[in-house]
Amino acid sequence: MTLAHLPALEVVVPLLAAPLAVLLRRSSLAWAIATAACAFSFAVALLLASEVSAHGPISYHLGSWPPPWGIEYRVDALSAFVLVLVSGIGTLTALYAWRSIAAELPRDQIYLYYALHCLCVAGLLGMTITGDAFNLFVFMEIASLSSYVLIALGRDRRALVAAYQYLILGTIGATFYVIGVGLLYLSTGTLNMDDLAARLPQAASPRAVLAALAFITVGVSLKLALFPLHLWLPNAYAYAPSAVTAFLAATATKVSVYVLLRFYFGIFGLELVAESLPMREILLVLSLVAIVTASLVALWQADLKRLFAYSSVAQIGYITLGISMASRDGLTAAVVHLFNHGVTKGALFLLVGGIALRAGSAGLECARGLGRTMPLTSLGIVIAGLSLIGVPGTAGFVSKWYLVLGAIEAGRWWLVAFVVATSLIAVAYVWRFVEAAYLSAPGGRTPEPGETPATMLVPAWILVAACVGFGLQTSWTVGGAQRAAALLLGGAP
Amino acid sequence: MIAELPAGLILIAAGLALPLLPRAARAPLALAAPALAFAQLLGMAPGYRLEAEAFGFVLTLVRADRLSLVFGYIFTIAALLNAIFAWQVRDGPEQPAALVYAGSALAAVFAGDLLTLFVFWELSAVASALVIWARGTQRAYRAGMRYMAIQLGSGMLLAAGAALRYAETGSLAFDFIGLASPGGVLILAACGVKCAFPLLHNWLQDAYPEASATGTVVLSAFTTKLGIYALARGFPGTEALIWIGTAMTAFPIFYAVIENDLRRVLAYSVNNQLGFMVVGIGLGTDLGLNGAIAHAFADILFKALLFMSMGAVLLRAGSVNGTDLGGLHKSMPLTTGFCIVGAASISAFPLFSGFVTKSMIIVSAAQQGHEGVWLVLLFASAGVFHHAGIKIPFFAFFAHDSGIRCQEAPAHMLVAMALAAALCIGIGIFPEALYAILPRPVEYVPYTASHVLSQLQLLVFSALAFSWLMRSGIYPSEMRSVNLDFDWLYRGPGKRLALGALDALAMLRRTLDQAAHRAGGGIGNWVRLHHAAQGVLARTWSTGGMALWVALMLGAYLLVYYL
Repeated sequence: MTLAHLPALEVVVPLLAAPLAVLLRRSSLAWAIATAACAFSFAVALLLASEVSAHGPISYHLGSWPPPWGIEYRVDALSAFVLVLVSGIGTLTALYAWRSIAAELPRDQIYLYYALHCLCVAGLLGMTITGDAFNLFVFMEIASLSSYVLIALGRDRRALVAAYQYLILGTIGATFYVIGVGLLYLSTGTLNMDDLAARLPQAASPRAVLAALAFITVGVSLKLALFPLHLWLPNAYAYAPSAVTAFLAATATKVSVYVLLRFYFGIFGLELVAESLPMREILLVLSLVAIVTASLVALWQADLKRLFAYSSVAQIGYITLGISMASRDGLTAAVVHLFNHGVTKGALFLLVGGIALRAGSAGLECARGLGRTMPLTSLGIVIAGLSLIGVPGTAGFVSKWYLVLGAIEAGRWWLVAFVVATSLIAVAYVWRFVEAAYLSAPGGRTPEPGETPATMLVPAWILVAACVGFGLQTSWTVGGAQRAAALLLGGAP
Repeated sequence: MIAELPAGLILIAAGLALPLLPRAARAPLALAAPALAFAQLLGMAPGYRLEAEAFGFVLTLVRADRLSLVFGYIFTIAALLNAIFAWQVRDGPEQPAALVYAGSALAAVFAGDLLTLFVFWELSAVASALVIWARGTQRAYRAGMRYMAIQLGSGMLLAAGAALRYAETGSLAFDFIGLASPGGVLILAACGVKCAFPLLHNWLQDAYPEASATGTVVLSAFTTKLGIYALARGFPGTEALIWIGTAMTAFPIFYAVIENDLRRVLAYSVNNQLGFMVVGIGLGTDLGLNGAIAHAFADILFKALLFMSMGAVLLRAGSVNGTDLGGLHKSMPLTTGFCIVGAASISAFPLFSGFVTKSMIIVSAAQQGHEGVWLVLLFASAGVFHHAGIKIPFFAFFAHDSGIRCQEAPAHMLVAMALAAALCIGIGIFPEALYAILPRPVEYVPYTASHVLSQLQLLVFSALAFSWLMRSGIYPSEMRSVNLDFDWLYRGPGKRLALGALDALAMLRRTLDQAAHRAGGGIGNWVRLHHAAQGVLARTWSTGGMALWVALMLGAYLLVYYL
């Protein structure tokens, strides 16, 4: 009985945990509620993923209204994958927040953070699980509104401006998305994704469909911070509380990538998007520019959070590069990098949060001599940094490997050279941390910063271990990504 | 449990554990690890496979068949001999590196796929460079650097070849490869570096004599034979190998005759012996391939024996230059005896191991109708008798008395040499035991009247020539000299050329930079201008500016989609 309702519970439990946290008010109770709700979602996501890989996609009809009239929740190889990422990172950052948020927020605001965290998790999970284009918009708004507030919670006064800019841009993105969905609804009379995919080819006005595609592409590109629509991201990541940065960097943009994949391959279809329109070429160019310029900008950043924020923009470029190949290996690379980069960047931002807590800020000058004073934190950043570069034996290598395979398959040898060459820029910006932490004398601060507290270090190191673990044991990630790629290329989800 | 582990990993683990142990326990462990690996291999039946999954591939960590097992046996025996010979070497990185090196070569031989092969190929390169560096001299350091650069380059060729092959066939399996595809050519080139093909050979004579007395022994066994194994697995019957191998047997002889450093003479003879094996693999017949593998087996033993005797001389007399030595048979009679056994084996005297293995290759060449090849091989056989069979023992232990009076080699070295010598003679007298473990069926009978007689004729006339040349003073007398080989090209003018080119490039860059600077800032400045902290790409934009981009992108998409 309950088992059949798992897809609904996945979203409903964190959604209900939010008002509960507000009602209880006590920060420790709010923390417990939020962590328990996220952990529950994580467990359910794992169950759903194993169910999907064993028995195929699950379709859940909300309120027993059958699609296309009612709202359908749909879990398949791709969405199960993203659900695991979002709920897993959500759980770890909730655990991490216990010390981190207590240090960054006034005591009487802490419960608000946990309520918003639950809302954001629920929103992102809802975006992933739903099979209804308008319902996706609703969840997108839930996730976005909560993330604006989360960012604004940052101690730095600039956090408010960053959140405000993100609010304006995010709202434009969501509006574009809903305009696109509206146009689709006008052309086809349905909002269910499967149904949309089936009816689009017979749509009355192909122009309206093209306009819908353009609006949705731009709206979602904004949300996933594809160059040149990434401008909101660095400040939002830099000034938000550390736990928020880690959570958003690891999940929010990734869910938007998921939405893009869903619409491109699941709804509009490969023939329209890739063959009759120049999607591949546009996405290729934007990805290449994103990778090069964002990596170069990261090279000159003086703040670790901003540095890794720009590196996120570059890494998203690798994901969209995989999408632009629109081939089996390319999509596998995109999906697996979506996951691996989420894990890697999550680990990095959690550890940088430790530095910000102990050393007072995440500036590179604060990292001087940390190899000695905060050995575990520094080592974790180096290992996750290796994964960011794509060194064999780490998760990042697996993604780049498939990206290279996709490029070879397409006969684009220059792209292979490009991927390798741009990894060298990543070496350079990761090296800046190594140089500061291990090769510079400590900055002469008294007292010297101690190691990151254990409650923050453990979640971070779980992700660091995952960077290495998913680099060696790839059957789950690559297997899942390959199934997802086959699903996307096979037509409707 | 241990039976499950790949034999190579046992050695690698032991090598890594070695520095952590108390000094007294190191040598016994270095001996126990190869003994354990050897016992494990004896219990392993052909057909055994051990697979593991990594990087999304199913990797075959162990693929035991008759070919890999032969090399497995001899590699573990060589590691054992080395452990005994180097019993006293307990400090420094040499013994740990030697064990890791032997282990990775062993693991590479059992690798069933190209990815695993590549990993251990590179690991063996790094570990063997450490063995060279362990001597601690400046020359050894530089030679080790050159050696490692070339060996890692070979690994890169292998990786590139494997990637191409994977793209072509979708499989990483390491079986017959052939030259039909570009991937195959790259992999052959990688093996060519390891086997020291002509013009790719200089690392061998460059690096081996620079290692320590014990280090050279371990180096001589693995790297080149790993290359031979890879050739035998991937390229049997490739005709190009016949010609390459023939050239390899002949050209080192001239260098070996004039070289003064006796360990460098042996390094040239390694090259010459590898040539025989390459020819055998190129012939690709049952007899040729069996001969190549049997000769690799025998060669590891007698070459180790010769390097051990020279190592003992280096240890006791302090030099291995022909000009410094002579008359050592009075001080080191046992070492002299063992050296002569090794010399007789490499020269293929009947009743010694070289005779029963090398003749298989020569006969196979004759059977296939390669008369020219057959003649060159005969000439090379005579030549090797000349420089390795006569020159080494003669100049070291006899010739004019240098007046050096030293102790006999230490007991553990004598034990190692005695074991190797016993194996050389044992194989020579009972070749059936070796023939029984070869990968293909053997119908060859070494001891026929014609084989024995023709070989003896060859040896006697060669000895006659040597004595006559010595008597008449025509034989090039030992001189302190540096012999120029092909590597002079890239270490001398090549290096100057490269440095010159770099200078020219630097000039060009400076000129361009200045020109660009005058034109408003170089590319570096441009990048910095736009990407550094306050650059247009890095600074915080106004909200309106960001929204403008959104509008522009929407307009662009609509335009492109509608057109």
